[in-house]
Amino acid sequence: MPEPLAIEAQELTKKFGDFTAVDRITFTVKKGEIFGFLGANGAGKTTAMRMLIGLLHPTSGQARVAGYDIYHDTEKIKHNIGYMSQRFSLYNDLTVWENMELFGGIYGMRDSEIKQKADEVIEKLGIGRLKNRQVKHLPLGFKQKLAFSVAIFHEPQIVFLDEPTGGVDPIVRRQFWEMIYEEAERGITAFVTTHYMDEAEYCNRLSIMVDGQIKALGTPGELKQELNSKNMDEVFLKLARQQS
Amino acid sequence: MQELWVIITKEFKHIFRDVRTLLILFGLPTVQVFLFGYALTNEVRDATIAVWDQSHDVTSAKLVNKLLASDYFKLAGLPQNYDEIKDGFRNGDYMLALVIPANFAEDFNKGQAKVQLLLDASDPNMANILASYTGGIVNNFVVQELGYRPPYQIVSELRMTYNPELKGVFLFVPGVITVILMIISTLLTSIALTREKELGSMEILLVSPLKPAIIIIGKVIPYMLLSFMNALLILTLGLLVFKMPMLGSFLLLLGELLLFILAVLSIGIFISTRTSSQQVAMMVSLFALMMPTILLSGFIFPIDSMPLPLQIISNIIPAKFFIIIIKGIMLQGVGLEALWQPTLVIVGFIVVFTLASVRSFKIRLS
Repeated sequence: MPEPLAIEAQELTKKFGDFTAVDRITFTVKKGEIFGFLGANGAGKTTAMRMLIGLLHPTSGQARVAGYDIYHDTEKIKHNIGYMSQRFSLYNDLTVWENMELFGGIYGMRDSEIKQKADEVIEKLGIGRLKNRQVKHLPLGFKQKLAFSVAIFHEPQIVFLDEPTGGVDPIVRRQFWEMIYEEAERGITAFVTTHYMDEAEYCNRLSIMVDGQIKALGTPGELKQELNSKNMDEVFLKLARQQS
Repeated sequence: MQELWVIITKEFKHIFRDVRTLLILFGLPTVQVFLFGYALTNEVRDATIAVWDQSHDVTSAKLVNKLLASDYFKLAGLPQNYDEIKDGFRNGDYMLALVIPANFAEDFNKGQAKVQLLLDASDPNMANILASYTGGIVNNFVVQELGYRPPYQIVSELRMTYNPELKGVFLFVPGVITVILMIISTLLTSIALTREKELGSMEILLVSPLKPAIIIIGKVIPYMLLSFMNALLILTLGLLVFKMPMLGSFLLLLGELLLFILAVLSIGIFISTRTSSQQVAMMVSLFALMMPTILLSGFIFPIDSMPLPLQIISNIIPAKFFIIIIKGIMLQGVGLEALWQPTLVIVGFIVVFTLASVRSFKIRLS
C-alpha cells in the first residue's frame, strides 16, 4: 500500500487573463510532512496555495487535499484544513480567550471542547495571565505563536501557513518552528510558504517556484547536491539565474 | 445556527469596543435630532423690525403695538428717513422696516390708508415668510379697528391640514430618522465588511467551513438591531420632546422601518462587495449616498420645486419613499392602502441590491 498523501497536485494552473500566475505545477505532500513552498515574491506561491484552500478556482489541472477533490469537495476540505495568513492572524480587539472561542465556534466545536483545548493552549504557551487581555497588547512573537495555535485549534489534518514568520525576530522564529515540528510529530501536515532561505533547511521537503513553475523539488540535502551548492541561498540564486 | 451566533457576538464585541463606532451609533442620532429640532427651523421668532412712523397718531401706535405684541417681531430701530433704513439693513440691524406715512389715521378712516414694508431679501425664504406674517397681522388689525371686513376684499382662509402650526420639526423627525438609518446601516455595515477584507480576516473566515451568507448575515444583524433601536430612540424623542402626532398604526410604522433598514443594509453590503478598503467604502457611502439623500429625498428641499432631471433622479433615492411613508403614517394617519406604492419600491431596492451583492460576491471568489 502506498503512503497516504496529504496533498497531490497535477498540472495545476491559474491564469489571470493572459498572465499565467501558476503554470502546470505537479507535486505531492505526504502525511505528517513539513513541506516548504518557496519562491520570490510574485512567483505564484500565494496563488497556488489559494487554489488548494478553496479561495480561488483553478483554470485547469487536478488537485486533492486531505484526499478530497478541490473542485467538488471544497466543504470537506475546509473542515480538514487550518490556515494562517501573513496579513491577518487574530482579531486585535478581542481577548486571547475570545479569539480561541471564536475560531473554535466557527469550526463547529462544542463549548466544552473549546474550553478544554483553550486551557491546553494557554498552558503550553504559558500565557495564563494574558488570557483576558486584548490581543493588540501582546508582543508580536506571542501573537504569532497564538495564531498558529488557533490555526490548528480544531485539529485539522493539514495546516497551511502563509509566510508565518514575517517580521518576527530569530529567537521567536526558532520557537515557532519547534511548534511546527511538535505538531508534525502528532501527525499534522504543514504546508509552509516562506522566503527566508534559512527556514528552508527546517523543512522535510520543499519546492522552489520561479515565475509560476516549480523549478526544484526535493529534500534540502538533495537540492543542495543537485545544484552543487553549500546552502539554500545558493540553490535559490542558481535557480533564479538559470531562468534569466 | 451556532456559527451564526458566534459571528453575531463577535461583531457586537467589535462595535462596543470601538469608541468611534459607538459615537456614530448613539451620539450622532441624539445630536442630530436636537440640532434639526431646535436650530434648523423655518419658524420665525423675534425677527428684528424697524418702524418709521411719520404719522404719530393713535391708530399708527396701535398698529405698531399689535405687531410688536406678537412673538414674531422685536423692535430694533426707529429710523427717520430712507437713508437711515438703508444703513440699518446694511448693518444687519433689522430684517424688515415698516414705513407709516403721515396722516395715517385720517386715511385709515377714509378707508385708503397705505403702509410700506421694506424687506431684506438676501434671505428670500425668510423675507417671504416675514412679508406674509406682517400682511396677516395688518389685515387682522384692519378688521379689528373697523369692526367689519372692508368691502371688495378677497380674503383667503387658510387651513394648514396635518400640521396646523406649520411645525418644522414634523418634517425633520422623519428626515432625521431616514438619514440616521442611512448612516448607520449603509456606512457602518460597508465599513465593517470592508474592514475584514482589509485586515485579511475575511480570507480566514472564507477558508473556514462558514458559508459566506452566514458571515454576512452574522455581521449585519447587529447593525440591523442597533439601527432599529436608534430609529425607536429618534421616534420617542420626536413624540415626547417635539410632540409629533402619531395618527396611524404604530405597528405598520415598525414594519416599514424594518423594510427600510433592510433596503439600506443591502446597499451597504453591495458597496462593500465592490470596494476593498474602508476609506473607499466610507467615501462612497458618504458622498454617493448621503449627499443625494439629504438633498434629493425631500427632507430639506421640496421635490416638486426641483428641475425635472433632478425630480427623475430623486426616484432612485430610497429615502424619498421612506419619508413619504413615515409622513403618511404619522401625520396623515393613512394605512397600507395609501402607501403600497412606495412600500413596493423599497422592497424593490432590497431585491435588486441583494441580488447584485450575491452576484459580485461570487465573481470576486472565482
